[in-house]
Amino acid sequence: MATAAIAPEREDYLNKEYGIRSWLLTVDHKRIALLYLISITLFFFIGGFFALLIRLELLTPAGDLVQADTYNKLFTMHGQVMVFFFLIPSIPAVLGNFLVPIMIGAKDLAFPRINLLSWYLYIAGGALMLYAILSGGVDTGWTFYTPLSTSFSNTHVVTAGLGIFINGFSSILTGLNFVVTVHRMRAPGMTWSRLPLFIWAHYATSIVMLLGTPVIAVTLVLVVLERTLHLGIFDPRLGGDPLLFQHLFWFYSHPAVYIMILPSMGVVSEVMACFTRKRIFGYTFVAMSSIAIAVFGFLVWAHHMFVAGMSMYAALVFSILSYLVAVPSAIKVFNWTATMFKGSISFDTPMLYALGFVGLFTIGGLTGLFLAALGLDVHVTDTYFVVAHFHYVMVGGAVMGYMAGMHFWWPKISGRMYPDSWGRLAALIVFVGFNLTFFPQFVLGYMGMPRRYWDYSHSPEFQVLNVLSTAGATILAVGYLLPMVYFLWSMRYGKPAPANPWGASGLEWMTQSPPTTFNFDETPQVTWEAYDYENIPAPVPEEAFGD
Amino acid sequence: MTDSHAATQHGPELLHHFADEEQQRNSASLGMWLFLGTEIMFFGGMFLAYLVYRLNYFESFAASSRSIAVPLGAINTAVLLCSSLTVVLAVRAAQMGKRKLLIWMLILTLIFGLAFLAIKGVEWHEKYEEHHIPGNFMGRAFDVSDIQRDFPKLHVDPQHAQIFFSLYFALTGIHALHMIVGVGIFLWLIYKAWKGDFGPKYYTPVEIGGLYWHFVDVVWIYLFPLLYLIDRKPL
Amino acid sequence: MSEHSSSAKLYWIIWGSLIVLTFVTAGVAYLDLGPFNTIVALTIATCKALLVILFFMHVKDASERLTKVVIISSIFWLLIMLGLSLADFSTRTIGS
Repeated sequence: MATAAIAPEREDYLNKEYGIRSWLLTVDHKRIALLYLISITLFFFIGGFFALLIRLELLTPAGDLVQADTYNKLFTMHGQVMVFFFLIPSIPAVLGNFLVPIMIGAKDLAFPRINLLSWYLYIAGGALMLYAILSGGVDTGWTFYTPLSTSFSNTHVVTAGLGIFINGFSSILTGLNFVVTVHRMRAPGMTWSRLPLFIWAHYATSIVMLLGTPVIAVTLVLVVLERTLHLGIFDPRLGGDPLLFQHLFWFYSHPAVYIMILPSMGVVSEVMACFTRKRIFGYTFVAMSSIAIAVFGFLVWAHHMFVAGMSMYAALVFSILSYLVAVPSAIKVFNWTATMFKGSISFDTPMLYALGFVGLFTIGGLTGLFLAALGLDVHVTDTYFVVAHFHYVMVGGAVMGYMAGMHFWWPKISGRMYPDSWGRLAALIVFVGFNLTFFPQFVLGYMGMPRRYWDYSHSPEFQVLNVLSTAGATILAVGYLLPMVYFLWSMRYGKPAPANPWGASGLEWMTQSPPTTFNFDETPQVTWEAYDYENIPAPVPEEAFGD
Repeated sequence: MTDSHAATQHGPELLHHFADEEQQRNSASLGMWLFLGTEIMFFGGMFLAYLVYRLNYFESFAASSRSIAVPLGAINTAVLLCSSLTVVLAVRAAQMGKRKLLIWMLILTLIFGLAFLAIKGVEWHEKYEEHHIPGNFMGRAFDVSDIQRDFPKLHVDPQHAQIFFSLYFALTGIHALHMIVGVGIFLWLIYKAWKGDFGPKYYTPVEIGGLYWHFVDVVWIYLFPLLYLIDRKPL
Repeated sequence: MSEHSSSAKLYWIIWGSLIVLTFVTAGVAYLDLGPFNTIVALTIATCKALLVILFFMHVKDASERLTKVVIISSIFWLLIMLGLSLADFSTRTIGS
């Protein structure tokens, strides 16, 4: 064969401009999504590092790796970094930013410059948090309970609080951008009932971001003021009520968990539809359940305070409401299951993560109902049962959804295919490692092991399960490292991806991979319903990819 | 990519990701309203704290409230209401293409805003002089024995009074911060108006800057009775 | 967004009402109305807020339904926070 002329590189959003300024001053939602991807991955590893130290300490009953105060800092920093700087931004800031405009047929979000500002606010908040960590950390727990945080702690509460405060505005502006975009920028024919469920999920998430985040923002301001000026709003010695802080804190922090899970549920809907080659069963119910979760999620916050000294009558009310909030989530699980019934299922990597999500989220969600029952909560609150519950929903749920989404849309984002066999292997390792890490913690909690304890030598019988948990954490870590390796590998050596490698529905699959800066050559005119799988050809076999 | 430049005439303000000016205008408006919604929740957290403590510590709150001056508070309320009028007249001037009137209305708004901040400064200074700033601010320990002396019929618990003043400064302080931001926004609007950027076809920044300003006014409309008028009945 | 320019006269009337209401609320505070002092004060404040929102912020005659939904939802959410929190604070001593 004669030397082939090198085809001119097709222009896309990655190669349109080079240089650091073109990235740091970009207003392209896709580039901003990648900026977020790099930053949240960095914080994920920082948070994971603290988790590693926690699990190493808990290998033995005695507190022999670190001192008690240091251990307090470890679980605090693990929580703050993972919740505020990884989980809450993760899917919305990476996949949401990248996909929301394309999925609705728009050229960008409504406010591209505010989108860039969101990222800089995230970085500023993150820098403050890093400074707090490097200058000795915070030991109040990620929950900042008063009066420890306001009056007694000697650690960098103010810096960390300000970091989270600034980061909160990143969240608020992202939510604002999404809501305005979905209302104003839909392409002709893209009616609300034709929107992908990913969009519904992000719309619901944005409502929570907008209405909840300002409350934790003002609460952190009050904590900082109280700490620096010795005010007394939350300090019982000065006439204040520590439960007032808890009400204000949890008013946001409970809905925050729905910020973390709703986008994942949106991803799962997209992946399920594609890899069963069917429209999602009960589209309207799934869409409305996202809104219902967002709304009901604001009514249950005091279930975190059942043993804190609140009124028993109020506890009753919040317990009943907490049972109600489980209903829309259950509706989604039933609908996904019904989608799979008589579907044409293929077990590509994204589908493996989505299936893992459904199982693990169900376990996590059901154990949440255990905790919502007042009598049972008295027994297991502040034990490892709670720790296992929220890791099942946040890691087994939210993070698996994030991985599903990254593996589903990676070809679109990067223009490259990753080796699916490696993807499936990593998914399996994550699943095994996750369950080995966290299932023993349910048992530990039920047996009575308290959370946030650095030393359990009073109960050496807890050691076996702790060792299993640490072993699982090591396996889980490997499972998370592998995608880093093969995603990076794929950017140089992966097969170039076609526009629609999975044969999926959705406007994003009708653009090239990677998309051009303005996404579409012509504004799409939508005349079809969502998940139009009867009319979409089956995916191209992978062997046919590439030159 | 098909370029819509040749097809439609539009002002230089139309950003390229929007299909037309109406979409851009409607997006800006919705964006500002959503932001104001978040501000309701932001102030709302402090209103919750205020509500809880007012219910539980009513007498001390009532006594402390009597120590802040109603005339100054009422004047400040009136000042902000005047500024809201000038804002809405500014928007109308922009709609009608009256550049000079627009600039004057914007400047008047700015002056009212600065007047509000000045009066607030006077009030805060008075609190400083009277040792009513919580904690140990600049060496002056919090002391409400003067309030107890002024109102012997009311029982003034110093701790409860300190919570009142903490909330007083938190609420008025954060409100003042929002006013300062508003002043900044209006300075920028005056500059743009002077350059001639606004007219009947495009005055979105004036409109949404005005919305923000009105919101800050509405917050004060509630702060005035809640802080100054808790209980002024003759004793 | 306002599509037409309102007569300036309406704005002056609204402004006048707001000033009057301000003096009323300040004055009424000095009367002894028992528990109604607070209710009257908050009612007047709400009337003033409504005047600003409906007329100065053009919600009455130049806004779409979505704007009203945003406003009402935000206020509703604030009431949820206040109300459900009060469910705890106001029932703590019952039974003790």
